[in-house]
Amino acid sequence: MAVLEILRWPDPRLRQPSLPVKEFDEELKAFIRDLEDTRRAGPAAVGIAAPQVGRQLRVVIVDCSKTRKPVPNHGHLVLVNPEILAWEGHVLGREGCLSVPDYTGNVLRAERIRLQAADADGSIHEYDMEGFEARAVQHEIDHLEGLLFLDRVVSRHSDVFRRKTSK
Amino acid sequence: MEKWYMLTVVGADRPGIVARLARELFALGANLGEASMLRLGGNFTIMLMVHTDLDARALEARLAPASADLNLRLHVDPIEGRLHQHVQPEVRIRVHEADRAGIVAEVSEALADIGFNILALDTDVAGADDAPWYVIQIEGVAPSGLEAVAAALEPLRGRGVELGVEAIDTMVG
Repeated sequence: MAVLEILRWPDPRLRQPSLPVKEFDEELKAFIRDLEDTRRAGPAAVGIAAPQVGRQLRVVIVDCSKTRKPVPNHGHLVLVNPEILAWEGHVLGREGCLSVPDYTGNVLRAERIRLQAADADGSIHEYDMEGFEARAVQHEIDHLEGLLFLDRVVSRHSDVFRRKTSK
Repeated sequence: MEKWYMLTVVGADRPGIVARLARELFALGANLGEASMLRLGGNFTIMLMVHTDLDARALEARLAPASADLNLRLHVDPIEGRLHQHVQPEVRIRVHEADRAGIVAEVSEALADIGFNILALDTDVAGADDAPWYVIQIEGVAPSGLEAVAAALEPLRGRGVELGVEAIDTMVG
């Protein structure tokens, strides 16, 4: 078990785009184990992305199966070279980040996504995700593009005025 | 020795107030902490944490020319500057009602009775002069849980108050 150092903003490495995984080898699997150990070692995080530990590689882990309030989820997921194929709806929700301690903010995300990703062995899977899990995946994929939720935070005041289309 | 103060400034709103205050404070060698500036009923309002080795009276005196220029009222209180200790809200409450006196008292008393800690409260008067309505948004911590919050506010619903209570599930990734 190896717990890796989590980079904190404003570390410039968090701003670099990550490269696709080409070799699904033992080294990748070992790195994924370390990434998972790191996710579990810190404050309760449902996701982690490789660039948060300084590897510019398109690998993220998401696990929404153990939230305080149960949410629809696909269990523990290793997502390699993830691509969002389709988006639907949008919803505000609060986010925090292992790389941005002591700060949370409201972020607009797609409500539902269709996701394609490889697993640690290179097999391709598709997932239909919604809500909290879809939010976690979008947050982690942002890390692969060098984006942080800080780039997307909207004012607390803005969601008071969300227009309802029906009652 | 450097100390923290809460600087409160109110006055008629106009462009440039924040810039002038921030520049004056920087020129005094003061450092700024957390701040909340809001426009309330057309008034400029700000509460601003200021870190400086000046005492409260000296800080007020040094800001007096700027506040006179901008026709602002200014107030300084010594505080403890506890940074990096944010408490995460767990519950969001929305209340909308035709404007009437007593709404905030009723809602906040019902919450205080169950030990709810309000971390943020925003209220607005919307609508029109002849049909005003009131919006309250509260975020806070509910030691007795979400259902207890909903139950505590439920009696208000019968009186024409529209209510929403929802969990804030912060996604950390």
